[in-house]
Amino acid sequence: MKRRKFIQKTAASTAFISLSGLGLTSCTQSTATKITILHTNDVHSHIEAFGPNEGRNANKGGVARRASLVETLRNENPNTLLLDAGDIFQGTPYFNFYGGELEFKLMSMLKYDVATIGNHDFDNGINGLYAQLPHAKFDFISANYDFTNTVMDTHVKPYKTFVKDGIKIGVFGLGIELQGLVNKAAYKETVYLDPIEIAQDMSRILKTEEACDLIICLSHLGYEYKKAPSKISDIKLAKATQDIDLIIGGHTHTFLDKPTVETNAVGKSVLVNQVGCYGLYLGKIDFYFDAKKLKAIESDTQRV
Amino acid sequence: MYKYIQIIGFISLFLSCDHSKKLTKTEGENISISKALKSNPAIEAVIAPYKANLDKSMNEVLSYAVNTYSKRDGDYNTAIGNLMADAVFELSNPIFKSRTGYELDMVLLNHGGIRSILPKGNVTTKSAYSLMPFENSVVVVALKGSVLMEMTAYLKAFKRAHPISGLELVLNADNSYQKIRVNGKAIDPTKTYYVATNDYLYNGGDRMYFLKKSDTLYDLNYKIRNVLIDYFTKYDTLNPKKDQRFIKLNN
Repeated sequence: MKRRKFIQKTAASTAFISLSGLGLTSCTQSTATKITILHTNDVHSHIEAFGPNEGRNANKGGVARRASLVETLRNENPNTLLLDAGDIFQGTPYFNFYGGELEFKLMSMLKYDVATIGNHDFDNGINGLYAQLPHAKFDFISANYDFTNTVMDTHVKPYKTFVKDGIKIGVFGLGIELQGLVNKAAYKETVYLDPIEIAQDMSRILKTEEACDLIICLSHLGYEYKKAPSKISDIKLAKATQDIDLIIGGHTHTFLDKPTVETNAVGKSVLVNQVGCYGLYLGKIDFYFDAKKLKAIESDTQRV
Repeated sequence: MYKYIQIIGFISLFLSCDHSKKLTKTEGENISISKALKSNPAIEAVIAPYKANLDKSMNEVLSYAVNTYSKRDGDYNTAIGNLMADAVFELSNPIFKSRTGYELDMVLLNHGGIRSILPKGNVTTKSAYSLMPFENSVVVVALKGSVLMEMTAYLKAFKRAHPISGLELVLNADNSYQKIRVNGKAIDPTKTYYVATNDYLYNGGDRMYFLKKSDTLYDLNYKIRNVLIDYFTKYDTLNPKKDQRFIKLNN
């Protein structure tokens, strides 16, 4: 045992020497990276901005304004993802008249990277959602809806990974229990699976198999249910799981001033964020990564 | 031996360039989409033809709202909820009566089904779409008085201003019943009551499973939104009030 320990130490110091010997040429560009995550939820077909007489929402929102903000932020940092946490559909006559076509077209123009599915996205039935897919140039993810026996089969992935400036980002989707919320005739044979179990599977796959540096859960479970504390929510999910860095939520139309910091099952911090509804806000989370080379070598070598 | 480990060390070093970045700092903010942001003209151009077509149908002025009404303005009942439940009662009852010969006893809708405020000023077709974007329609169920008691227990437990009409429910501070009345009378457990609701709630929405305990379902094929449009057309001024129909006393 003692001998092995000695070798590990030596290996670490050897590597240290090698590092200085090699020079920093192979690593110089990767000193620090900023990843920006932009997000919306529960936009509910709010294409236009609210008018001047619409109470507390007056003069807020609007996809055209969101587009210019997203463009500005992408110019500031090209390492940006734009995500939506569901309930894209239903809430203005745009949905009643056009069935979600314009919502998907505009989200495609804004270059959304991925979205998850909310309960109201079933409002024209699962066939109504499927019918609009040709207008969406972004992917849908849901890990806990099993669409096997529905028209959405193969059109929804459990997760998606992205690489931005050497940082691998894994995003998985979670949806709310549909029974009691959506007419069975609308969601048909969609099967709801336990979000905590699925989240644990997903974070393990994304962490170990996909080797992601950043793991994001795109959830339509709802922020927190104080009157029904046993009901699964983003806050409960954050506490019960591990390896998730950020939970982007929806459903409860919760307006947070800033992301909530929760402690996960292994004592690490998880961010939970949600931006209310109707496209009134855009969430923005910046993750800064530093290439901690020496530290990384030590831990890698110890595995040897 | 040392040489071998050194090689491993090298491999680790190369890997670290790509994979061993460490999360050091996180910042977050939620940015308001305000008037100060300029509108993207390409997006506006795509919206324009859709909007022009919609506006033709949406901008007809139907009525006038004296105030701004929100579903948040009340704990157990709200002016806007009362307007919706009363509108469903008033406009559905003649249809139900002409088809079945029975009269409605009460209406139960859901608080979550009020999807916007009703702003002070002109009330248009669009206002009805904002309040009720869903395609749900009025259905009538025949419930025994004993099942109506399950409904009052639900309303009591959930503490939400679910819109009701025809039912009067007064709770004491300790959450016991002070008064339960339908059409001004105590509930008879054996009598059949006709309750208008919407198909979403009948099908298990908001877990109002007691609505399924009906042997008959009468679908009026009358969308809630069309009830609102017809109600706004019927009344040139809207001035709904929060009242005593569902309250909790401070006793």
